[in-house]
Amino acid sequence: MFKRIWGWIQRFSSPKHFYSISGKMIPWFAISAIFLGVYGLYMGLFVAPTDYQQGESYRIIFIHVPAAWMSMFIYVVMAVSAGIGLIWQIKLADMIAAASAPIGAWFTFIALVTGSLWGKPMWGAYWVWDARLTSELILLFLYFGYMALQSSIEDQRTADKASGLLAIVGVVNIPIIHYSVQWWNTLHQGATVSKLDKPSMHVDMLIPLLVMAIAAKLFYAAIVLVRARNQVLYRERNRQWVRELVEKL
Amino acid sequence: MLKAFYHLLARDLRLAFRSRHELANPLIFFVLVVSLFPLAVTPSADLLMVMAPGVIWVSALLSVLLSLDRLFKQDYEDGSLDQLMLSPNPLVILVLAKVFAHWLLTGLPLVLIAPLLGMFMYVPDEAISTLIFSLLLGTPVLSLVGAIGVSLTVAVNRGGVLLSLIILPLYIPILIFGANAVDVASDGMSVRGQLLFLAAVLALAISLAPLATAVALRITASR
Amino acid sequence: MIDTESGKTALMLETRQLECVRDDRLLFTDLSIKLAAGEILQIEGANGSGKTSLLRILCGLRRAEEGDVYWQGEKVSQVREDFYASMVYIGHLPCIKGDLTTLENIQSLLDTRSQSAPIEEIDEALAKVGLAGFDDVPSKALSSGQRRRILLAFLFLTKAKLWIMDEPLTALDVQGVELVESMLMEHRETGGSAVFTTHHGMQLPCEMSSVTLGKGQGSKC
Repeated sequence: MFKRIWGWIQRFSSPKHFYSISGKMIPWFAISAIFLGVYGLYMGLFVAPTDYQQGESYRIIFIHVPAAWMSMFIYVVMAVSAGIGLIWQIKLADMIAAASAPIGAWFTFIALVTGSLWGKPMWGAYWVWDARLTSELILLFLYFGYMALQSSIEDQRTADKASGLLAIVGVVNIPIIHYSVQWWNTLHQGATVSKLDKPSMHVDMLIPLLVMAIAAKLFYAAIVLVRARNQVLYRERNRQWVRELVEKL
Repeated sequence: MLKAFYHLLARDLRLAFRSRHELANPLIFFVLVVSLFPLAVTPSADLLMVMAPGVIWVSALLSVLLSLDRLFKQDYEDGSLDQLMLSPNPLVILVLAKVFAHWLLTGLPLVLIAPLLGMFMYVPDEAISTLIFSLLLGTPVLSLVGAIGVSLTVAVNRGGVLLSLIILPLYIPILIFGANAVDVASDGMSVRGQLLFLAAVLALAISLAPLATAVALRITASR
Repeated sequence: MIDTESGKTALMLETRQLECVRDDRLLFTDLSIKLAAGEILQIEGANGSGKTSLLRILCGLRRAEEGDVYWQGEKVSQVREDFYASMVYIGHLPCIKGDLTTLENIQSLLDTRSQSAPIEEIDEALAKVGLAGFDDVPSKALSSGQRRRILLAFLFLTKAKLWIMDEPLTALDVQGVELVESMLMEHRETGGSAVFTTHHGMQLPCEMSSVTLGKGQGSKC
């Protein structure tokens, strides 16, 4: 039984198989991401009611919050797939991890930028050492560390393993970092208005937010598959099946 | 197994004392960086007192970071690291021995010199003991976590900046709690919570970091 | 060890279908080697053909892309401790600390193997490799050939059954080369086996198997 499942996993995770399957999946993810994204943005920017405290400027949360969620989510995905790659020697998992890092870093960057844009009318400054923003900043550093290590080791397999281990160490550290930053913040700042800690959110605001979150996930799925496919082609460039593929073009 | 731990520890300590001039470097660096602040900012006691915990902790962090190289670099370059990995003893034990030696040679001297720097920076007398305790609990974590980073980057040419890039974010919790403990102690309040947090992180680091370091060393060796 | 009853020699090290890839380049594939007790194997091949990689795979420092290494019939990963106790690897790096004396270097190398040797025995080994009287000299005062000789003394003291040596003749003079050859012969006579790579021709007055790497394929002759 176990052997059969294992064999199935190995077959599915073979780069060649992944290449053909993912090619079929990408359009679906991409189309639904675009559809949901447009719908969510429209609902968020035009339909959702104006916030009685923050006015219109709160609407940036429809970008900021999904981006912040994704930044965490992608790091966890990265660490989990790096772990799978490290333990079971599945190359595909390493490729997913490597393909995820820049996307995660971009989401983190977007969360930081939108957060500081939101901060200007709220706090009167583009940057405030708010707990959430600080955590995002540190997360961005963690992504940079991962990518720097990945690109500084020549041998691809070693680079995957080394940066994968770093991702795992990072993911163990994230809760500790998060907790200490939160604690540090309450200590020095007193209670700042935090964007997400609203006791109750209006349903008309919540729905577009969730739609945007799902759209972001689908977008990530599409992009990570595209990037992973590139990785597959690049890393398997000496294999027969890639050569045949190239000749067909 | 204990014997292997002891032998490696003794070897590293002996090696360090054979090149004594290098031994003092992290310590001098520590003192130097801290004394830059009064020069750069202001020698006024009020301001320095406020900045002291952070300045001392950041300097300690950088000092440990700069000294991390000697944890594995030499062993890697002369091939001794391969021999360690081919030892019949568990690699984790050997890693612990090396990290412990590193802490004895860099972390502990920092702890011992800290009261002097506390005086430089007008840390109130009642906070000095907290400064010592927080460094005593925090610096081993810096060595333990740093070991993971060094073992990943030791084979990389010019890995120094890379090392700081991957290690410094991981040091943040220690920095926050360590500096805050001293800060709070200066106000005469209880720092039990902060020290307990540092102790908990130390316990976590002792149990997990050597494992990660051992894996990292095997990855590096398989280049 | 020679099994006297059947006259067959025991199998020490074996590889099955090894494949090695480095920097996206296939170095060798389907490489199967058998090494019996008392057998000496030379790995040949051009620069970059994967000789060092193969040796590192043999001693478990590097993981093969495919295939496994077996020690006395068991996977090395299963009998790690046993394997490491009976194997010694000498890479092309010296493993010598300049700040330690010759004696301390040997002792600390033995310590990592959880071995120890009485001083007389170490002195004897040092005399054998031509370093008599150097035991208290810091190794940084020695020439690179002399440092290699420290390693040879260490090799001798380990009493390991299997020697894995990467370029053992590096930095050695004519007498040094002869020394390695005589050590190998002696090792072989006591039932030990060895795998080594070398650019210099090594003439052993005995049978020696060899494996040539390169041409994308490992072929055993």
